[in-house]
Amino acid sequence: MREWFKRLMLVAAAAFVLQSCDKPQSSGNGLTVGVRLEPPSLDPTLGAAAATDEVVYGNVFEGLTRIGPDGKVHPALAQSWTVDDTGLLYEFRLQHGVRFHDGTTFDADDVKFSLERARALHSTNAQRYLFSMIDEIIVVAPDRVRITLKRRTADFAFNLAWGDAVIVAPESASRNAYLPIGTGPFRFLRWQKGTSIYLEKNHDYWGEHPLLDWVTFRIIPDSAAAYAAVMAGDIDGYPNFPAPELVKQIAKDGRFDIVIGETEGETILGINNGRPPFDNVLVRRAISHAMDRNAIIKGAMFGYGTPIGSFFSPTHPAYIDLLDMSPYDPAKARMLLAQAGYPDGFEAEIKIPSAYYARRSGEIIAAQLRAVGIDAKIQYMEWAQWLDQVLGNRNYDLTIVSHTEPRDIRFFARADNYFQYHNPHFNALMDDIEQAESTSQRGHYYQEAQRILAQDAAVGFLFQLPQIGIWRKTVRGYWKNSPIPAINLAAVSNGA
Amino acid sequence: MTSRLILKRLRSLCITLLAASILIFFMLEIAPGDIATFMMGVDADPAAVEALRKELGLGGSIITRYFTWLVSMLQGDFGVSYTYREPVTQLIVDRLQVSLPLAAIAFALSTLIALPLAAFTATRRGKISETVILNVAQVGVAIPNFWFAIILLSVFSTTFDLFPAGGFPGWSAGLGPALMALTLPSLALALPQAAILTRVLRSSLVDTLDDDYVRTARAKGLSKGQTLWRHAMRNALVPTLPIMGMQFAFLIAGAIVIESVFYLPGLGRLVFQAITQRDLIVVKGVIVILVLMVVTITFLMDILAMWLDPRLGREDS
Repeated sequence: MREWFKRLMLVAAAAFVLQSCDKPQSSGNGLTVGVRLEPPSLDPTLGAAAATDEVVYGNVFEGLTRIGPDGKVHPALAQSWTVDDTGLLYEFRLQHGVRFHDGTTFDADDVKFSLERARALHSTNAQRYLFSMIDEIIVVAPDRVRITLKRRTADFAFNLAWGDAVIVAPESASRNAYLPIGTGPFRFLRWQKGTSIYLEKNHDYWGEHPLLDWVTFRIIPDSAAAYAAVMAGDIDGYPNFPAPELVKQIAKDGRFDIVIGETEGETILGINNGRPPFDNVLVRRAISHAMDRNAIIKGAMFGYGTPIGSFFSPTHPAYIDLLDMSPYDPAKARMLLAQAGYPDGFEAEIKIPSAYYARRSGEIIAAQLRAVGIDAKIQYMEWAQWLDQVLGNRNYDLTIVSHTEPRDIRFFARADNYFQYHNPHFNALMDDIEQAESTSQRGHYYQEAQRILAQDAAVGFLFQLPQIGIWRKTVRGYWKNSPIPAINLAAVSNGA
Repeated sequence: MTSRLILKRLRSLCITLLAASILIFFMLEIAPGDIATFMMGVDADPAAVEALRKELGLGGSIITRYFTWLVSMLQGDFGVSYTYREPVTQLIVDRLQVSLPLAAIAFALSTLIALPLAAFTATRRGKISETVILNVAQVGVAIPNFWFAIILLSVFSTTFDLFPAGGFPGWSAGLGPALMALTLPSLALALPQAAILTRVLRSSLVDTLDDDYVRTARAKGLSKGQTLWRHAMRNALVPTLPIMGMQFAFLIAGAIVIESVFYLPGLGRLVFQAITQRDLIVVKGVIVILVLMVVTITFLMDILAMWLDPRLGREDS
């Protein structure tokens, strides 16, 4: 028995030794952050996956402009720009001394290449329409680019800050999906598929040098696993923690800061306006009065999330609080249903994709709808099925989803929007926004647009998806809000 | 002749693989959901989605595509992943470097635990120690392995910080860290399997121990232990082998839940992610490989059974 015990101790000792060489990267100034989804590719100009932007946007790739933590447009690879009086002619002055990570120089030709590629006829850029208003891109000098637009586009400088608009080099663009070469503060080191993505400091960075020597993105999709990784100290932060129910437990620990911020994700109960009885505005209003947002946020999100009364981010300066237009009022909901000709209610189906907020909100919303006579049945589906049935074929009554792109209220003006919502007055307002001469005028139009959507009860407005950040107390400089899907680490430090 | 029987088994193995390839290809082709829409997202420009569909080569007749796929697969080319844009063969090889060692360690562990326990309990019928062990094994059969995994994590990672809470540093990081990363997951996989194996092997042993030849061996003067290990165990193993084969197949293909809990980059996670993303070319490739492995393991287990019990190899059996 003693022999046996001795051996066990030996194994345990060996385990400790092995353990100590398991964390070679914890030395030096580095950071390991957890992310929920593995990016399908590392090229932000290919596809729409937020997971890609989370890793590379602002870290590896940069655009002419960038969105700051305040949600505003700042200069990036363009140090400044001018717009003429017509609003159609933009001239960008580029940064000097910028090199791509493979050593090639950055100049106006790269800008032309990137934007031409994004707007080309056969472009596979998901946001191609953002660039479709470009009429011509002219290289004036190696450090100057002139872009003319077909029509005024108030958000043009903002659009150039999207991940889909980052500047890539013709030499490396085709390999960016797995070997991303950008101009950012970090360079890509290694992608261990299914586990981690490693970045290291770019010592030749043109701007202010990053404070971290290396960054590791750990892919941890399961919420129990994410919790274990946080508590075991395997990661320094989890910027978008997927399990609100575990937050209180982590907070008790004392090693971590819990930072609740906002994303651009308007979470809604999508309504198929093209299908009876939902084509009746009274029915849609009845639905919006039937839902108790606070109960949904409390039950599904453990209290994290800001209720919204229209389709607009509360962090935007033009946001107005329209919750008063659709307060929780089941009696009124029943009355509206009766008025619409459905005193006994009707049957409806809620198609729910796999996102955690949707799964958790679904049951509560269905119960609330049943309480006013709408016999809501739930059908769960995976994301690919949802895209096919709901987004593609508009074969649905109700659905729950979060629209996460910034300033995406204009989605309701698109001819092919899957809510089948069509209001010419709203569409005209969207044009007015583009033509607006001043920020205040544009803000006025945005507010009008929010009111119209709330009035029409175009969809059910639930809550703004929160950004639940878990950070070790030694970490500084991270973003609280997520005005664009990104985990920007340029200014982050981890002073242990 | 045994060799003829082996050839026969090999032939049916090939037919199974071919049938599986047809099933896999066509079932996945009719699955709803479109990779291009998936990649481009909710806000995508429809023209860009169409352009991507063309770029990925998702056109052409289904029969032509099946044969192109089959022929290139026979040459070892499984195509290029739609989302990762990397050869599927490379993706599978990378993942096997986690899945195979994980399965092998778990399999070895479960066998090493089950053999002595089965022998112990089979020779102590009716005693308290037998009842205790068998009941513990019954609990082991009932416990879902992911729950067990979470318990292991909270004890050995969160509380005592002896093992990493998940992830895999890669074999390039050295044997030590890699094995450390695989320890808890393989334990979580092995223990429920060991419980099953213990119970099956024990009942098989109990049957054999009552056979005449065991009594003869004892009468010849062999000790209890010698009879057990030299004679009874060998014969008790024969009916257990198919179960062990199935267990190994489960450990490779069915480790997905454990891979999720420990976020290990194994084959299960690869295929799960590929299914949700409709990266069908990856799904097809992985399933073909899994079918190949399962069929091969069954085949090897059959051969092993023939070696242990030569009667199985005779034509008339």
